[in-house]
Amino acid sequence: MIDFSPQLVQLLAIDGERKPRGDFDPWVEDLDGTALLALYRDMVVVRRIDTEATALQRQGELGLWPPLLGQEAAQVGSARALRSDDFIFPSYRENAVAYCRGVNLTDIVKVWRGNAQSGWDPYAVNMATPAIIIGAQTLHATGWALGAQRDDVDSVAITYFGDGATSQGDVNEAMVFAASFQAPVVFFCQNNQWAISEPVGVQAHRNIADRAPGFGIPSLRIDGNDVIAVMAATRMALDRARTGGGPTFIEAVTYRMGPHTTADDPTRYRDPAELAEWKTRDPVLRLHRLLQSLGQITPEVEATTAALADAAAAELRAGCIGMPDPEPLSVFDHVYATPNATLERQRTDYDGYLRSFATEHDSAEQNRKA
Amino acid sequence: MTTLMTPAIVSTVPGLNAPQPTPLSETKTLTMGKAINEGLRQAMLDDPKVVLLGEDIGALGGVFRVTSDLLAQFGARRVIDTPLAESAIIGTAVGLAYRGYRPVCEIQFDGFIFPGFDQIVSQVAKFHYRTQGAVRMPITIRVPFGGGIGAAEHHSESPEAYFTHTSGLRVIAVSNAQDAYSLIRQAIASDDPVLYFEPKRRYHVKGAVVPELGLPMEQAVIVRPGTDVTLLTYGALVATARDAALAAADEGVSIEVIDLRSLSPVDYAVVEASVRKTGRLVVTHEAAQSGGLGGEIIASITERCFSYLESAPVRVTGFDVPYPPAKLENHHLPDLDRILDGVDRVMGRR
Repeated sequence: MIDFSPQLVQLLAIDGERKPRGDFDPWVEDLDGTALLALYRDMVVVRRIDTEATALQRQGELGLWPPLLGQEAAQVGSARALRSDDFIFPSYRENAVAYCRGVNLTDIVKVWRGNAQSGWDPYAVNMATPAIIIGAQTLHATGWALGAQRDDVDSVAITYFGDGATSQGDVNEAMVFAASFQAPVVFFCQNNQWAISEPVGVQAHRNIADRAPGFGIPSLRIDGNDVIAVMAATRMALDRARTGGGPTFIEAVTYRMGPHTTADDPTRYRDPAELAEWKTRDPVLRLHRLLQSLGQITPEVEATTAALADAAAAELRAGCIGMPDPEPLSVFDHVYATPNATLERQRTDYDGYLRSFATEHDSAEQNRKA
Repeated sequence: MTTLMTPAIVSTVPGLNAPQPTPLSETKTLTMGKAINEGLRQAMLDDPKVVLLGEDIGALGGVFRVTSDLLAQFGARRVIDTPLAESAIIGTAVGLAYRGYRPVCEIQFDGFIFPGFDQIVSQVAKFHYRTQGAVRMPITIRVPFGGGIGAAEHHSESPEAYFTHTSGLRVIAVSNAQDAYSLIRQAIASDDPVLYFEPKRRYHVKGAVVPELGLPMEQAVIVRPGTDVTLLTYGALVATARDAALAAADEGVSIEVIDLRSLSPVDYAVVEASVRKTGRLVVTHEAAQSGGLGGEIIASITERCFSYLESAPVRVTGFDVPYPPAKLENHHLPDLDRILDGVDRVMGRR
């Protein structure tokens, strides 16, 4: 199912060679050695965070974790193309995007530890919290974009989703609405080839990017493991949206190297040869090769990058393990923004129920002491 | 890349330069539909963040004309004729709410709400809880509901229990022009999402409307005091219940009719006080019986004031059938006689 068709936009070859392209290069002119090194560091750090989170799940500290291994370029390249006032509507795998957005590492895993249904205040980082219902967030992004349009600002919404999501009605409806109202929204599809156990061929008989033009939305099919192409395409799409050009659809062709989540077992449905082939296209390795050719990789750079990654992993681990359990009665908090007598009654009853045990315990303690 | 599409023409705006209607400023006799229209107008004047989304709500003014003239007054940026996709109407409203808007969605008919059900239940209802209060969903979803208009399938349903069963939503059903006006304004002003059910067979019933907010929307109202039986209902059946109370009075039975207004949360204080007084409870709604609101209210009242009950509470509801064809709907819908039959049963007369 691997399809690197000729029209796939690639600016960084697998061997690390920079491939010039007149139509895309102007969007990444500023990516000098220093800027590329910064992207590389992001990718190394998020891979380390991802690995650490998987380990935390295996050790019972997280209930679940959706690894992004293999998708670092797609996520970092697009996230680093955004302005701070652009708003992100992700699925549940965009943890590298959250990292780039400055979300606290502990907050990223809060939801996967089961401490809350989401980990951060979306308005603090202009990024919504993970959407678990597949594709639902594409409509939220489109609605937000309609709001930005009405506010006469040039902020853009970007929504992340996978190849599986493109089969959902919501994603298709979002494209209808976005096209109809020329909403400033970027549809960023990470085609990672697999929707749990279903290969992309189950979702689409043609390239996913081919669908968008039917909605009146221009689309790009890019090498999602090429951080430079990802950034160029995202910047181009953002600029179109910002200047009244309406929505753009980006299909970033990448690969989910790990399982769907830590509960999944890809050995049951995936040919190991496929993974081996995609490992040759590793996004981090590829950028490393380019940086080497640019003379950016020194022993010192390697050491500081590794130290950054280790520090992030340590911060994540400490924050995760140190996270206090939520208070029992907080189960009732924030269901409504306004008072609700029925719910308040349930809270009062449950509070009394819990206190009844405390009272029994207290009196037993007193008796024992007496 | 494909070539850039030209922006779609979303709506023509007839009469945009016409004289602007002034908001309701004194007591007027209005149909219920017009009262909602006036409430929407006032809400839009009060808050520039109020936007309307729905199918045919612009130039046509909605299939029931509830949004008449609002496009002309407020323009296509605030009165948005959407493509025909209910999930997207609700889902984009979520995004607008995320950005600080107060969207009012019109679902054209009760039976058309289900394509939007997932966005309502999984997103609208849960966002405030999910984000621990960070993201509010002040979305109003207007739903013409109920039968009695001889309509085709999917045009006469009463889906309210799906939503009263969903935590995070408020659910309102109005029965008259005054409440229609006051409660649409309250619903839009609420920081919680509100399902606002409009009994479509009462759209043309007129009533005096005072341009005031009135009682808080979560309060039930005793529309006719009585001492023998509490008759609880909402929406279109409030008028039927009043008629039943009048008829019963002739036979010496005093019925207290309660218009619930808020289906979630239920104003148990008012219901409980009434049942403690009468000792008998009849609940009537058009929706099917099993899993319906009547069962929940009766269970709660039985828990709260069992010892005050003189007899087993009674439900008079639509049957557990898909909404029947128009020629059969009069058998399905509770009417005056079936309600009085329920009253007889709770009185131990049959």
